[in-house]
Amino acid sequence: MNVNLPFPDLAPAMPEIVIISAATIMLLLELFFKNKGVLAFMGIGIAALAMYFVPMSIGDTFNGMFKSDLYSIYFKFIFLLNLMLTIMISLQYMKREKAEYGEYYSLLLFATAGMMLMASAKDLIVLYLGLELMALSTYILAGIKKHDIRSNEAAIKYLLLGGFSSAILLYGISLLYGLTGTTDIYSISVYFKFQGSSLPVVMAMMFITAAFCFKIAAAPFHMWAPDVYEGAPTSVTAFMSIGPKAAGFAVIGRIFYVAFQSLQADWVPVLIGISILTMAVGNILAITQTNIKRMLAYSSIAHAGYMLIGVIVGTSEGLSAMITYLLIYTFMNMGAFAVIILLDRGDEIKDYEGLAKSQPLVAGLMLVFMFSLTGIPPTAGFIGKFNLFMAAVQAGYAWLVIIAVMFSAVSAYYYLRIVMNMYMKDMTEEASITPSPTLALALAITIMMVFAIGIMPSLVIG
Amino acid sequence: MNIIETMIYPILYPDTIIGVVAVILVKIALVLGVTMLHVAYATYFERKVIGHMQVRMGPMRVGYHGLLQPIADGIKLFFKEDLIPAAADRTVFQLAPIVMLFAAMSSLAVIPFFDGFIIADINVGLLYLLAMSSLGAYGLVMAGWASNSKYSFLGGLRSSSQIISYEIAVGLSLVGVMIMSSSLNPKEIVLAQQQHWYGMYLFPQFLGYFIFMVGAFAETNRTPFDLPEAETELVAGYFVEYSGMRFSLFFVAEYVGMIVMSAIAVTCFWGGWSIPPIFIKVIPPLAAVPGIIWFVLKIYIHVFLFYWVRATLPRYRYDHLMALGWKVLIPLALLNIVVTAIIKFMN
Amino acid sequence: MLPILFFLYHAVVIIALSVVIITRRNPVHSVLWMLVLFFHIASLYLFLNAEFLAAVQIILYAGAILVLFLFVIMMLNIKHELNADICIGEWPIGVAIGLSVMTLVILGIGKFSHGPMGQASIEAVKAETHTKALGRVLYMDYLFPFEIASIILLIAIVGAIVLAKKEKASGG
Repeated sequence: MNVNLPFPDLAPAMPEIVIISAATIMLLLELFFKNKGVLAFMGIGIAALAMYFVPMSIGDTFNGMFKSDLYSIYFKFIFLLNLMLTIMISLQYMKREKAEYGEYYSLLLFATAGMMLMASAKDLIVLYLGLELMALSTYILAGIKKHDIRSNEAAIKYLLLGGFSSAILLYGISLLYGLTGTTDIYSISVYFKFQGSSLPVVMAMMFITAAFCFKIAAAPFHMWAPDVYEGAPTSVTAFMSIGPKAAGFAVIGRIFYVAFQSLQADWVPVLIGISILTMAVGNILAITQTNIKRMLAYSSIAHAGYMLIGVIVGTSEGLSAMITYLLIYTFMNMGAFAVIILLDRGDEIKDYEGLAKSQPLVAGLMLVFMFSLTGIPPTAGFIGKFNLFMAAVQAGYAWLVIIAVMFSAVSAYYYLRIVMNMYMKDMTEEASITPSPTLALALAITIMMVFAIGIMPSLVIG
Repeated sequence: MNIIETMIYPILYPDTIIGVVAVILVKIALVLGVTMLHVAYATYFERKVIGHMQVRMGPMRVGYHGLLQPIADGIKLFFKEDLIPAAADRTVFQLAPIVMLFAAMSSLAVIPFFDGFIIADINVGLLYLLAMSSLGAYGLVMAGWASNSKYSFLGGLRSSSQIISYEIAVGLSLVGVMIMSSSLNPKEIVLAQQQHWYGMYLFPQFLGYFIFMVGAFAETNRTPFDLPEAETELVAGYFVEYSGMRFSLFFVAEYVGMIVMSAIAVTCFWGGWSIPPIFIKVIPPLAAVPGIIWFVLKIYIHVFLFYWVRATLPRYRYDHLMALGWKVLIPLALLNIVVTAIIKFMN
Repeated sequence: MLPILFFLYHAVVIIALSVVIITRRNPVHSVLWMLVLFFHIASLYLFLNAEFLAAVQIILYAGAILVLFLFVIMMLNIKHELNADICIGEWPIGVAIGLSVMTLVILGIGKFSHGPMGQASIEAVKAETHTKALGRVLYMDYLFPFEIASIILLIAIVGAIVLAKKEKASGG
């Protein structure tokens, strides 16, 4: 049998190809380098290279299964930024935790490639495989401190629950395939334009929603997040709190806006319910936490609730506000985790008592990130929230915005409690820090961006 | 319809369902009968061959030069008491030998014995063979676990890891043949071999053949890879608790497995029932010899190889066995696939 | 009529076996029942003329994955599990959720209407032979997902080695 294999156009998928090939080569190079720092710098370089290719990569390829458009490009920027910042903050940290494996950096790259595939997937099969690529890498990353029992617990929990959510997703996808006879997101959209809604369609939508709400840690599928965030190595927690969440939103945006566009009446009420529940659960449970990683886990749940509003409003302003929010969230959340890593002992909230006296600069940085997460001007967090809520008000969801602002006010309690601990409590123990150049660079970038966006919102809006 | 009509019905109407079923049943009975006879005498010849290799006579007492020995053995095993250990998992214990024999016997269904004689001519016959040989592992594992004895258990563990490891090498070694013949159907593989003047994939696929044979020894638990039943370490391995009829089922399954492996080797690498066209060109009368003769002869050569190796080589150490499987055979098999594919692509 | 009976038999047996698998106390028995289940699934593939998938189903799932399951379960000491409670304390919640999802699914099946059929009908597959049809689809139309899947498997291998590898004495 002689067949002519048409060689696919690789240009649109160039960033992914760069990342995946580099990650594979790094697996081999790992054998030759005693000092894993080399790999870290390589990883940053590769991410930069991929970032260079991202704007040039517009188009469809691989039999229309892969679609690189403006939407996916924004997300890819966020993923690559997340990757670079994560590598910067992990270099010193992994050494300190005695978990310095070369594979760590390859897995970060693979996970990022998975997210990028998710953002670019035009076919449900590619979407699912991208998701698995990301998920499998993060399961391993969560358990990479293999002598730490909590890290093991985090990995197992994440693996089991992630496996269930994948199964639910597959069930939803198979229902969709049965209903429409295609796995192409755009063909599905065309099909639903003519067919309208029915119970099986709603079921398929329900399963897919459940699976992705798991990925973005929205209630009631958020239970895994605090345990996994607490147990996983802090640098991985930082990575996981942004990357998979952003990827989940990328897919939610693509599926709900394209495939289920004509069924808006069915999914909007469900997402509104999930969004309100998520904000409530995240903000209220965060108050009682004593571990800062758990607190940030609940905070990230709460932020997922805000970001869902961007999807709900159903306008392109809403989507772009969501993407902007994700970008800003990347900077401020990564910054907060960088501070946690900078401190030798920074996992418990009471470790921050009197930090302003022993480490004024570090306390100042933490103060800015906490203000930004709360959404206080002139930080970027304020701009993100303002932008998002404006889009919602314009689309007629003023009541939802009022609820969100109320929960935002609740969030001030637990974010500012850390600030209060740092500035108003007496120091119990001298806090020590282990600075490193890359960590300092990450902190500089994040703090700069938090202020820059806060003062000049035109950088990211428009 | 009287009795005679009933009996010749399938011959008269071979196209009806009953006719088709009857023909298949007859074929199955024939193949199983011949195979069982071969199994019985394979044990006899094994003892004889190894005996002579070790400069002794082998069985001599029952019949002329011990010719009736297999029958005596069969009768003995048949009438022996069937013991089941008290702590054993009875159902699984009883199922294990049946599973094993089933896996070995059902492989015979897709083997083309001679032109036009094959019980089930299916497109994915080669994959079916691999599937059935992988099922054999269940028999071992079930026997090892259900006996509730540490020797059996160790034997079961060893065999499951050994069979899984070597199955990969065996499967990959056949891929070269699949690429060359563009088919998974055993009959078409034989026919494809006749297209070449050398008539056997043994020559272009010598690497594949070597890997396949090593894997075949491991999959049938024969020396030098008989670790699952290593007498000196594990008494008798997974079937240590079995006796009488059930023990003999394992025994039969092992020999059927050996014959099946030989049959696969003959079909895929030795040109099945045919002989190289160049022979026929040189000596034309050879074309008149029925295919089954060549097939059976080639099988005998392979079975003899099994005995020969057993009499020659000592048992492998367990870690060496695993290292050989994973670090030598699998990479070699992959190399073989790549080279074969490139050559096929070039032509 | 015959195909429908054939399918009905498989549907009923597969569901029954799934229930049997999760209710066995002895995990080894569960795995062995699962073997039977895999055979029924393979036979369903044959029903669709998907002979390649049927064979691969047995080679991979029954022959490799399930044997490894069995291998691991046999190494565990299952004496404890044999006497443990089969249900956890929250089982009523689980049953309630399960039943409600089941009701939904049953209601959904009634309203299910399948979309346009693809080209790989049972007859088309038979005409082309399944191995060829599958190869063409996999390596031409679905090349991209195929490549991603290979990366996923690579990660699984890397992950298993990273997490299970013994550390060198003098610090990694």
